[in-house]
Amino acid sequence: MTKIEDNCIRLEFKSLPENVALARVVIASLVSQVDTTLNDLEEIKVAVSEAVSNAIVHGYQNNTTETVIVEGEIKQGILKVSIEDTGIGIENIEEAMTPAFSTSPDRMGLGFVFMKSFMDEVEVFSEPGKGTKVVLTKKLINSGSCALAAN
Amino acid sequence: MVTVKIKNDNLIIKVFGELDLVVAKEFRETVDKILMDKPVKNLILDLSQVSFIDSSGLGALLGRYKLVQQKGGKMSIFGANPQVFRILDLSGVRKIIPVFQTEDLELEKRRANQ
Ligand SMILES: Nc1ncnc2c1ncn2[C@@H]1O[C@H](COP(=O)(O)OP(=O)(O)OP(=O)(O)O)[C@@H](O)[C@H]1O
Ligand SMILES: [Mg+2]
Repeated sequence: MTKIEDNCIRLEFKSLPENVALARVVIASLVSQVDTTLNDLEEIKVAVSEAVSNAIVHGYQNNTTETVIVEGEIKQGILKVSIEDTGIGIENIEEAMTPAFSTSPDRMGLGFVFMKSFMDEVEVFSEPGKGTKVVLTKKLINSGSCALAAN
Repeated sequence: MVTVKIKNDNLIIKVFGELDLVVAKEFRETVDKILMDKPVKNLILDLSQVSFIDSSGLGALLGRYKLVQQKGGKMSIFGANPQVFRILDLSGVRKIIPVFQTEDLELEKRRANQ
């Protein structure tokens, strides 16, 4: 059994819609390094996609010349992904995280719903005019049992 | 990528790849232009080549559903892979837009002719 090494990455990219897929794929690759399920992988991809899309669409109001920072870390089988923008920020975080709440008429307010249902923990730090940081945490199912089996 | 087929008053759209922010925009623009220009009524959406969908994709689907409804047409989805199907289900979109597991053209036709 191979030992699971802790790992981390940092990604900084322009606020282009095309980069949502890029962030998703990079985090998925990081997660694939440990023994996890395909289902977990799919869920993590959706959660990351939601947070990065929000940074671009809401944080930067679709302005494509700004910067988004995504950091991914796996430590003792626990994945932590942070998605950060320096955009408009969120006035009322609790309201923003309410299912079906959206400030865009053509959106469904599902982003945080998916983040919450697919990750173990969703933390939001935001200040109006300063920006938003979303931290997503998830225990990667098989990593613990795998480490145990290795002993 | 999005491909377009028109059969009578049915617009059949096939989406390829990952239905996120980027592809959602292409899908929206393609469908809206055809709904404006052509005498089509119903929208049949083939998701068999879609490997990923997120809320931006779902929002685009629901937006088109509303447009089609306003024109008195019907919309349906088919071919979603299990992963995409699960998202359609969890989001509640499946309760609004009929989702078929496989391409059942007869069923589609009947629905469209209702
Ligand atoms: N990074 C961000 N910067 C500023 N506002 C944000 C950010 N992320 C979320 N929000 C606010 O929180 C609201 C809810 O976000 P959520 O992702 O749940 O729904 P949505 O993006 O509006 O719709 P959907 O995700 O279904 O397309 C947004 O409408 C927006 O007002
Ligand atoms: Mg969102």
